[in-house]
Amino acid sequence: MTYLRPKFAHPNLPKNKLGFTRKEYEGSLSTLCAGCGHDSISAAIVEACWEMNIEPHKVAKMSGIGCSSKTPAYFLSNSHGFNSVHGRMPSVATGANMANRELVYLGVSGDGDSASIGMGQFVHVIRRNLNMVYIVMNNGCYGLTKGQDSATADVGSKSKSGSINQFEGIDLCGLAIELGATFVAQSFSGDKSQLIPIIQAAISHPGFALINVLSPCVTFNNNVGSTKSYDYVRQHIEATSTVDFVPFMNEIKTDYQNDEVKMVEMHDGSWLRLHKLSQSWNPDDKLSAINALQNSHLNQEILTGILYIDNKSLETHALLGTTEIPLNKLDESTLCPKDGFLEELNSSFR
Amino acid sequence: MSLESKVNNFVIRLANVNGTGSASANYMFAKSIFRMGVPVTPKNIFPSNIQGLPTWYEIRVSEKGYLGRREGIDIMVSVNPQSMAKDIANIRSGGYFLYDSTKQLDDTLIRDDIFYFGIPLMQMCNENYTDPRQRLLFKNIIYVGALSALLNIEFEVLQTLLEEQFVGKEKLVAPNVKALQLGIDYVHQNYKYPLDCRIERRDLIGNRILIDGNSASGLGAVYAGATVVSWYPITPSTSLVEAFEEYAKKYRIDPETGKKNYAIVQAEDELAAIGMAIGANWNGARSFTATSGPGLSLMNEFLGIAYFSEVPVVLVDVQRAGPSTGMPTRTQQSDILMGAYASHGDTKHVLLFPSTPAECFDMMADAFDLAESLQTPVLVMSDLDLGMNDHLSAPFFWEKDRKYKRGKVLSNEDLEKMNTRYGRYLDVDNDGIPYRTIPGAHSTKGAYFTRGSSHDEYGLYTEDSAAYVRVMERLEKKFETAKQIVPKPIMYQKKDKSKIGILFFGTSTYSSEEAKDILLLQGVEIDAMRLRAFPFNEDVNLFIENHDFVFLIEQNRDAQMRTLLIGELDVNPKKLIKVLNYDGMPITADFIVNKITKELELMNQYTAETLSI
Ligand SMILES: Cc1ncc(C[n+]2csc(CCOP(=O)(O)OP(=O)(O)O)c2C)c(N)n1
Ligand code: SF4
Ligand SMILES: [Mg+2]
Repeated sequence: MTYLRPKFAHPNLPKNKLGFTRKEYEGSLSTLCAGCGHDSISAAIVEACWEMNIEPHKVAKMSGIGCSSKTPAYFLSNSHGFNSVHGRMPSVATGANMANRELVYLGVSGDGDSASIGMGQFVHVIRRNLNMVYIVMNNGCYGLTKGQDSATADVGSKSKSGSINQFEGIDLCGLAIELGATFVAQSFSGDKSQLIPIIQAAISHPGFALINVLSPCVTFNNNVGSTKSYDYVRQHIEATSTVDFVPFMNEIKTDYQNDEVKMVEMHDGSWLRLHKLSQSWNPDDKLSAINALQNSHLNQEILTGILYIDNKSLETHALLGTTEIPLNKLDESTLCPKDGFLEELNSSFR
Repeated sequence: MSLESKVNNFVIRLANVNGTGSASANYMFAKSIFRMGVPVTPKNIFPSNIQGLPTWYEIRVSEKGYLGRREGIDIMVSVNPQSMAKDIANIRSGGYFLYDSTKQLDDTLIRDDIFYFGIPLMQMCNENYTDPRQRLLFKNIIYVGALSALLNIEFEVLQTLLEEQFVGKEKLVAPNVKALQLGIDYVHQNYKYPLDCRIERRDLIGNRILIDGNSASGLGAVYAGATVVSWYPITPSTSLVEAFEEYAKKYRIDPETGKKNYAIVQAEDELAAIGMAIGANWNGARSFTATSGPGLSLMNEFLGIAYFSEVPVVLVDVQRAGPSTGMPTRTQQSDILMGAYASHGDTKHVLLFPSTPAECFDMMADAFDLAESLQTPVLVMSDLDLGMNDHLSAPFFWEKDRKYKRGKVLSNEDLEKMNTRYGRYLDVDNDGIPYRTIPGAHSTKGAYFTRGSSHDEYGLYTEDSAAYVRVMERLEKKFETAKQIVPKPIMYQKKDKSKIGILFFGTSTYSSEEAKDILLLQGVEIDAMRLRAFPFNEDVNLFIENHDFVFLIEQNRDAQMRTLLIGELDVNPKKLIKVLNYDGMPITADFIVNKITKELELMNQYTAETLSI
């Protein structure tokens, strides 16, 4: 059992612009282990969507299989969700997105789900720049099957049973940038103040937005020697910047920018204000992002923040040239060729 | 057999090298027979290779209108020295061998029971054309010309076909016509023509069309309103998606914006292809994928979740010879059991069995109507023979103002009016089919979490045995409902006339119909039924019950349809006698007749023996 909620909504609970309280953004009670990082991410999603005034039913929650992939049941209960098969959420999200380009696609996956069984689909959904938010709840292990090392476990990381991981860990953020991802961020489930604006920025991004969130598994990978434990992450975390998400504030101008502050305008008119903590890194420069990541590995740091953003990219529909009207709204009057065409066709086959 | 007239009644096979441009020449030749008003069945027999290996094009001409393949070659046209020895050996006694005589034929290739027609194709090309590519291409047209003279095909028919082929590239017509004429002249100057195997103009085509099944399915999907297509290339299904794209480009571009009213995604593999199709259908679009055996194997897990979480999806399986990579360019009906029960656990899927291009077209629309009405996967079980070969078929027909059957979908207004709790998996109408909602439908009502894990009537996770059993039993009930709405089998007689029946489906149809006629001529009357769908309805049960024996004609080794019938209908296995062709070549009537005759003889012997005891 995790957190309990009061049964009745307090009349004075704050409401967002749509008139919804946070309750309207919550899900059913979590069945994850108490203290699991994944629950904190669910809470951040609730907060991000509520603050952003997103209509819950305009969100489609997509996931694969794992403790992490269960979480869509624990947030946004007024949104449809699809808990699909292990490693293949990206394809289901792709199909869903093709059918209706107007919803927000919020994908949730685990490190096992994305970096092993689902690696093929992870790679290809990035290539297509599908307009979706893709959150990896990364705990370095397979939580649901009881703690085996995952492909994101670092070399030398010790598991609960005491064995040392011998294999190179996959850096999902570095990989995503290589593959042409247009929004790549890394965060920590324990740092809500950073995670919430990152989720909001990712939702605003018109293309594929990866957020790799370190999310400790308290039951199987929170031991001394693990590089994905709460203690280890807290000790090694290093932020690129602090992130503010500023929705639809037109008065903000880029001349607020200076060496420390970088303003990024999002597609929907909202702004990102990044207080840079490192001068050598620039979020719209791929190379500097890759460098920063590589350096962080050398220094055994965990780099967080929005690492890379390309806010001018074209997402899948734009690349395919599909109509602006959601395909699932078209009916036989548009889809069926007009009377007479078939006779013409028949004649052409004679 | 030899007494039978060969006018409009023969088989001609053309032996070519893959990738030399012979396909369009051969097609033109087949089409010219069609235009002469005579039923024709062309078949490509091609290797899994792009260039260099032998490939054959076999055309059966049948005045009587039989469209199945026939054994025995009357005329062999050899443009491929590689396969010459084998090609010559395959000719029926009294048949003809037409070859490139630029090089002299080896003595060992001479048979004294066939006729040789040497035409110096290469030499003629070299004399008349300088460009090497043209030399290669026009060789094909020259032999078409020669054949037309030998077979009595009207020159104007071929000329018109060339003009149609080169609309927009009129410059190419004249050199092609010249090549045609070269072939004709050579025959006129050197041989007696026409042959006894020849074409005489008839009017036997009616309003029928000549088209391949994959084009028909692709076009059917456009009419059926498919908007999202996800696929991974695999022979023999590739041309289906290509056809969809061709027709979509023609009929689905928004005239005002120039944007596409469809999306085609070439997936990274079949796991993703089916996942995308399921995601799109879940989100309220009509979406399908097309594949063949290896792809279907990969799609199993996803079919399971679509079945259990009740997401419609349409999959076309253009079957080829397995197992494994098998013979990728040969035909078979060997995915029946995998299709019916794809995925782990207790799963069952609706299967449709088209047997003609017209039916490929119709069944695409049926498949979407059924998938959405039943909220379950529907597999259209085509095969390589149907999909990739041209067939003489009824024309395509689309009922004016036909509406798509979208099934039980609650709209925003429905949800608004609803004052009870919405349950995604509640059996409100007692037919096993619940009501679904499309994401985004309503701001506070109708959302649910689709999952492949056990769920209750409200879509909530449950490990309660009783709730699980309720869902599984309702799914069974839904399958009962399916029996009432899937296409019914075709009966060939109003009332049963015989104690013996034959049962067939898909591309075994033409040859089975012909076999039935042949047997009747031999004094054996049999009743016939063609299956068109799984689950089987009561008619199928009755047909088997009402006959002492039913010959079940299939194109696989393991009698997969028989297993399905026995398992699903509880029929006595002894009643279902296997007639199985699985060499990768389309089944022939002779094969069926031989097998049935042998079985009947055995039975008669057996009855005679038992009676004499
Ligand atoms: C095809 C398939 N293989 C294996 C499994 C078993 N399985 C369930 S969850 C899981 C790993 C999940 O790990 P991760 O994605 O990291 O999620 P976490 O539980 O750690 O959040 C595995 C292997 C499965 N469900 N499906
Ligand atoms: S096993 Fe680990 S990942 Fe799964 S719920 Fe428990 S703490 Fe979270
Ligand atoms: Mg994990």
